[in-house]
Amino acid sequence: MTGLASRAERRAGWLLSAPALIAIALFFILPTVASLALSLTDFDIYALADIGNLRFVGLANYSALLSDPLFWTALGNTFWFVLLGVPLVVVVAFFAAILVNERMVAWRPAWRAVFFAPYVTTLVAAAVVWKYMLHARYGLFNHALGAIGLPPVDWLGDPRWAIPAITVFVVWKSFGYSMLIFLAALQTVPRELDEAARIDGAGWWSRLRHVTLPAVAPAAGLVAVLAVIAMFQLFAEPYVMTEGGPAQSTITVLYLMFDQGFQWWNLGIGAAVAVVLFACILAAALIPALALRIYRRRRA
Amino acid sequence: MTARLGMTALVAAFAAITLAPLLWMVSVSLMQPGEAGQFPPPLIPGDPTLANYHALFASQGMGMFLINSLLISTLATLLALVFTLPAGYAFARLRYPGRDTTVRVLLALLLIPGQIGMLPLFLELKALGLVNSYAGVLVPWLAGIVGIFLVRQYALSIPLDLIEAARIDGASEWRIFRHIVLPIMRPAVATLALFVFLGSWNDFLWPLIVLSDHDLYTLPVALAAMGRERAQDIELMMAGSVVTTVPVLILFLALQRQFIGGLLAGSVKG
Repeated sequence: MTGLASRAERRAGWLLSAPALIAIALFFILPTVASLALSLTDFDIYALADIGNLRFVGLANYSALLSDPLFWTALGNTFWFVLLGVPLVVVVAFFAAILVNERMVAWRPAWRAVFFAPYVTTLVAAAVVWKYMLHARYGLFNHALGAIGLPPVDWLGDPRWAIPAITVFVVWKSFGYSMLIFLAALQTVPRELDEAARIDGAGWWSRLRHVTLPAVAPAAGLVAVLAVIAMFQLFAEPYVMTEGGPAQSTITVLYLMFDQGFQWWNLGIGAAVAVVLFACILAAALIPALALRIYRRRRA
Repeated sequence: MTARLGMTALVAAFAAITLAPLLWMVSVSLMQPGEAGQFPPPLIPGDPTLANYHALFASQGMGMFLINSLLISTLATLLALVFTLPAGYAFARLRYPGRDTTVRVLLALLLIPGQIGMLPLFLELKALGLVNSYAGVLVPWLAGIVGIFLVRQYALSIPLDLIEAARIDGASEWRIFRHIVLPIMRPAVATLALFVFLGSWNDFLWPLIVLSDHDLYTLPVALAAMGRERAQDIELMMAGSVVTTVPVLILFLALQRQFIGGLLAGSVKG
């Protein structure tokens, strides 16, 4: 195909894409690769002052991480966020999409905009608002609990409740985006199929189970994978709402990277955390795809 | 008819719960200092006041942070357009050796989150003398792969015949891009601009890392810092949240069709 292109076209192609490619190489690819290299050094505040203090330490940073209880706490907390948050996002987003897609509902575009609004709000500002809504004494949540006769909960001050409380915030903030993915999938459900099922006397529930759910199953998988990746990238939420506390119960992997790198200036260890984070995200993205491929091959 | 009403009521209830935190934020920001700390918590201000907003701008430097955010987001948007539009068009509609390989590599790079390289990027910018400056905050927005694919997706719909006809008329490649392609891609330009503006406005981690000088803080960084010092002033914090959130909410509501359409187009594989 390039045989047909004139010299001017070929030159223009490279000239027009060069600025973006150079920026990507310099400010994205180079730092990403350098992260690997940095994680094999003891780069710290002394090396920051004088690069002569830098030493190659092999896998020492990784073995230090593996024997650091805080690393396992951060990893464990992140898994709790995944375990609680991902199913919630899938269910809430699906429910919202079904409602917004329902022809019986009036003003559907307006509701769609409302459900999507939290997604565009500034994360830090929304976290500040939720921090006060979850406040033990004058928060709205405990006020609501009191109204139905339940005792108050110290949402962000109790290590057992901090992760569920932040998870609810994260779901509120992000479900609108997943709702859009479900909506796009719902558009592909053939109306005739739904009508045929209705004429055959299938109720709302059985049409949902046998017509809608099979059609949106791939979208649900996509939403789940994206939600897992998003949970691995939690940082501002615990930073603003709990500062990682109480008792380090909300320290996430990315929080640990920030702390090691920019609070303690242990950039070597911080980079090792970044590499582990990358491995987790890659696994979250690729394992479902691989599993699906193997499953399909077995069935074929 | 009742089913229709019932369903709509159900959606309305869901929507009310979704909007409650934002409405509560605005309501508390208008309360007298200390009013929100009572029990039971008041839902609407007894005696509405703009005192919190006045205090924010008069003594907390909110005007400066607002200007920082506006400047950085505007510059990020302009720079992203300059870098992304030509590349997206070239990847879609110009034929040159190495193009398809480059596109495949970029597609694979989408799997890598930006946070992975942040520590080395910080060192790189330190070596370039760009730490603690607007330039340092702007750098990641130049390298937006998602934006390139958004533009590419749109450019793929430009008919090749149109470009070929312009060539036969003797137009240079640059002239074709500038005077034929860019006008056609206006919706893509607007969508990309909106994404980058919202994204850079809401960004937190990178400005937090790069900016150490208080006077350069963007709104989210300033708000987080304020929350650590003045956590007890609920009404003041809510006013700060309103100033930080409302500009992007208004932008979204005004352009939501464009935004949601672009989001769905952008998620289509390239």
